[in-house]
This record gives sequence, C-alpha cells and structure tokens, in this order.
Amino acid sequence: MKRLSWFNVTALTLGFAFLYLPMIILIVYSFNESRLVTVWAGFSTKWYGTLLQDQEFLDAAWVTVQVAFLSSTIATVLGTMAAHVIINAGRFPGRTLFSGMIYAPLVMPEVITGLSLLLLFIGLNIDRGIMTVVLAHTTFAMCYVSVVVSSRLATFDTALEEAARDLGATPFQAFRLVTLPIILPAVISGWLLAFTLSLDDLVIASFTTGPGATTLPIKIFSAVRLGVSPQINALSTLMIVVVTIGVITASLVTKRNAVRRAEEERAGAASA
Amino acid sequence: MSDTPSIRAMNFALGFMLLALAAFAARLAILFASDGWDATSATGFPLTLAIFIALAAGTLSAMSKMDQDRRTGFLGATVIGLPYVWLLALFLVPFLIVLKISLSDVALARPPYMPQLDLSEGWSNLTAFLSDLDFENYTFLTSDDLYWKAYLSSLQIAFVATACTLLIAYPVAYGMARAPQEWHATLLMLVILPFWTSFLIRVYSLMGILSNDGVLNQFLLWTGLIGEPLQILNTKLAVYIGIVYTYLPFMILPIYASLEKLDESLLEAAEDLGCSRFQAFWLVTFPLSKGGIIAGCFLVFIPTIGEFVIPSLLGGSGTLMIGKVLWEEFFNNRDWPVASAVAVILLLILIIPIVLFQRSEEKSREAGQ
Repeated sequence: MKRLSWFNVTALTLGFAFLYLPMIILIVYSFNESRLVTVWAGFSTKWYGTLLQDQEFLDAAWVTVQVAFLSSTIATVLGTMAAHVIINAGRFPGRTLFSGMIYAPLVMPEVITGLSLLLLFIGLNIDRGIMTVVLAHTTFAMCYVSVVVSSRLATFDTALEEAARDLGATPFQAFRLVTLPIILPAVISGWLLAFTLSLDDLVIASFTTGPGATTLPIKIFSAVRLGVSPQINALSTLMIVVVTIGVITASLVTKRNAVRRAEEERAGAASA
Repeated sequence: MSDTPSIRAMNFALGFMLLALAAFAARLAILFASDGWDATSATGFPLTLAIFIALAAGTLSAMSKMDQDRRTGFLGATVIGLPYVWLLALFLVPFLIVLKISLSDVALARPPYMPQLDLSEGWSNLTAFLSDLDFENYTFLTSDDLYWKAYLSSLQIAFVATACTLLIAYPVAYGMARAPQEWHATLLMLVILPFWTSFLIRVYSLMGILSNDGVLNQFLLWTGLIGEPLQILNTKLAVYIGIVYTYLPFMILPIYASLEKLDESLLEAAEDLGCSRFQAFWLVTFPLSKGGIIAGCFLVFIPTIGEFVIPSLLGGSGTLMIGKVLWEEFFNNRDWPVASAVAVILLLILIIPIVLFQRSEEKSREAGQ
C-alpha cells in the first residue's frame, strides 16, 4: 500500500480548496440575514423567499428550462446522427466539410457564434424569441453530443449491426434494437451535456434572444454587473445543489449498471 | 465492383446537389443584403423555406439512391443529410454573412449597414454591389489602436493565464495520479463536478471574494498582513484568477490522464540507476506527461482568447479583451460592420493555435497506435 507524500497531500488539499471554496462561501452567504453580502448578520432564508416570489426570475427559469429541454433533445438526435455519419458512413461528397463543421463550433468563440446567428436571423427577418435561442443552442450542442457519442461508437463492433441486418432487420430496427442500447450511456451523457451547456449559456443567448425570452443567465448577468446580490447567491445555491444532485445520481446509476452488467456476464460465463 | 459506375454517377449528382445548396447559401446572403427583403418578408420567408426544403429533399433523395447501392436506403441518407443541412444553414451561412457585412459600410438605416443588394433592377446591380464592398473596416481596425491593443492584450492574458493554470494544475493532477487507486474515481468526480456547474455562477462567486470588502480582503486585514484593502476586483489580476479558477479542470484532466498511464516501474528503474527523486521526475515523469500538458494548454488558451464573461465581470473597464470589445461594438455602438470585421480577424488569429492543436492531437493518436 502506497502512501501519499506530504507534497501530494498539500497539492490536492490546496487545489481542491481553490476549486470549491468560492462556491462554498457563496452558499454560506446566501443564508446571510444582511443585505450587505460581505457582513455576516445571522442565519436567514429570507432571500430564498424573495427569490421565489420574484415573478421575473420564475419566468426566466421557465424559459431557460424550455430552451434547454428542446435544444438538448433536438441536439441529441442530430448529434447522434452526425456521430454515426462520421464513424460509419465511409466516404461521401463533402465529408471534410462535414467533419469540419462538426468540430469548428467547439473552438469557435461564443461571441462569434452569437453574432453570426443573430445576423442570420435578422437577415431572414425571423422574430427573435425562444425558438431562435433553441435553434442557436441546438447548433453548438449537437457538435458536443456528436463528439461524446462518436467516441463511444468508435469502439462499437459494426458486425453486430450487420448481423441484425442479415437476419432481416430494417436499418432502423437494427439501430434501435442493437446499436442504440449499446451506445445509450453515451447518448444520455451527451443529452445531459447539451442540457447543462444550454442552461449555462449567456453569450449566445444574449445575441439570439428577443423580447419575452430572457433566460436565467441573461437575468443573472444583468443583475450582477453592478455587484454581488444576496438574491443571486440564493439562486446560484439552488442551481449548484440541483446540478450536484443530478451529476452524483447519474454517476451512481451508471456505476450500478456497470456492476450489474459485470455480474450478469460472470453469471453467463459460469452457466455456459 | 460492378456498381462502381453507378456510385460514381450518384456521387456526381450529389456533388451537384451540394453545389446547389451552396448556391442557396449564397442566395440567402444576397437576400440578406437586399433591403427589399425586409419589405417582402411576408412572402419572402416562406419562399426561402420552400427553396430550402426542396433542395434538402433533392439532396436526400440523391443520397438515398447512392445509399441503396450500399443497402442502407433512405434512412441512411436522412442520417447524413439532416445534420449536414442543419450545420450548413446555421453555421456556415451565418459565418458567410459575417464575412460579407465586415466588407460593408455602416449606415444610419435598418439594417444599419450598406450597400444593400437590390436585385429588382436586374443583375447590373450585383456588380455595383460587389464594387461597393471594400476592406475599409479592416483598415479602420489597424488605424484605431484600441483594436490591436485589445487583440494583443487578449493574447497576453491568455498566455499568462495558461501558464498559471499549468503551474497550479500540474501538482494537483500529479497528486491525483499518485493517490491510492480506490480514491481515483472520487477525485476525478471532484474535478469534473465544477465543470457541470454554471460557468457564470462560478465567475460570479469570485466577485464576492475579490471585492474591496470581500472575503479575501477581510481575511487579510484580520491576519494583519495588510493595513488597507487591496484592489483586486476590476484589475487584470482578477481576470487571471478568474481564468485559472474556471479553466482549471480543463488542464487537470488531460495531465491526469497522461500521468495515470505512466508505468511506475520506470521511476523505480531510474532511482535504481542513481537518479534522485527530483531527477527521476524531471527526466522520466515530466517528458512522458508532455502530451497531456500540450493538450491542456490548448484547451485553456483557445477559449480564453475570445472570453467575454470573465473580463466583463471581473476585469472592470481597464481590462481590454477582444471578446468584450466585439460585444460593446455590437450592442453599445451598434457598428455591425466593425463588429463583424473584429470577429473575422479574431477567427484568423485563432486558426493558428487550432491547427497546431489538431496536429499535436493527430501525432499523439499515431503514437498511441
């Protein structure tokens, strides 16, 4: 059994303290009684109360969830298709352009993506609102999904799908019954990634949104530009808690599934 | 192969369809440029949509014919065509529009730039339109020192911040790789978790710490290290801290991945051969983790250059970064042509690190095989 040296312990402690202290301090101060966020004046949950009564924040939260749900779902479908194309389609005309367009949005600065989409929407005279933000988010999120899914598809044995086709399955059946169950964990984590990217995005949403479609990040940004506010601390705490529970649950479920699969395989090997 | 000629014919047809799609993209840009578009929007949009759907359907059916030779049918064609058309329409075309507007002049009109292309009076207008496009905005960018200073300062901030992130991330990644095996999953989770938490909230959480009456200054005053609060928020230092804080996971993960694969018997061998522990680290561990270091540096450097949220929340008015300049040019000054030109040059600057990054990724992939 190897022991950690003092150097490694210090590095890990300081590193993780740096990563987590700001968020912990933010959570602690969200329970501060005082309006002055820097002076501790006793425990209180009143900022959560004012937050839940603030109609503007509730509206923004509802818009954000709608946008994130729609865009991540469309992005997952399109991104899985794109991953399938990149890994399995072989050569087709314009392949280089296609893979270029898949990878370029990943490194494109958000200000450029946002600006170019806004200019497109203005040019087509499309009224800006929830739908334009969904279109914008879908476009960059599908690229992330396709990267996640294609890394899983790359290790997928295509002979399985071919066997299903030989046994009479249609291409769609072969995909649904054979390929999809195997790549499903990657598809789900792609969806989760797309969902959080959309929840989080400020820049692209600011460019492509219109009246009546203010998302939560836009609302937060305009509120904190002038300084720290206890209400935003409360909102941030809620978002951090939701994301943390979500991520930990997802990882526990994946872990349990992996363990169960390993057990099934062992049982299968024993009975054979 | 007996069906090779037919595949070739289909490829030809497909190439033609893609060309038509590109022409459609050009048409979109032209429609965009013409002011008449605005007035005829009631009929204009359905018309464009109809052209778009017709072209997409044409491409799809051509692809499905080609795919029948490979027994995948219409579905296979949809699978290629749908994301393809989506990205053409919402990634490539918008970028071409930015390129075009960057060559236009600002005008007091709606939309606020000119020339506008008006095709109602025949194609002669097209040549007039093309001759009105010029590089004036680009020459303007070189004449006003705000812009080149902003580009330089973005590059400098990105460079210094990447170096700082590396210095902090490496010991953490090293400690993680050296930790007992049963800790690895938990430690990895702890690094990934902030990545899922909102970027905006993490930048915001620093505001309450770095401000003049913030937690850090209160702590330093309490310890007696300083007599009066330090001005950290709204300086370049705050931007560095913000970048290191938010991008740290991007640097830790690739370095950890490369250190975790390291065969520890190599280190034992080095020590057996008379290396001190530090020499063993410097001569064995460090060179073997170079791949992770390079990947991490690019993952931090590339997105930092165009960063907007960090300089605008933490940097104050004194910190110049090009992402913020572009935002202000567009939203505050409403100068679309200059904002577009700023975007085009930013992209040209980014191409260099992106190409270098892809090269090094390819090299490491080849080495891995």
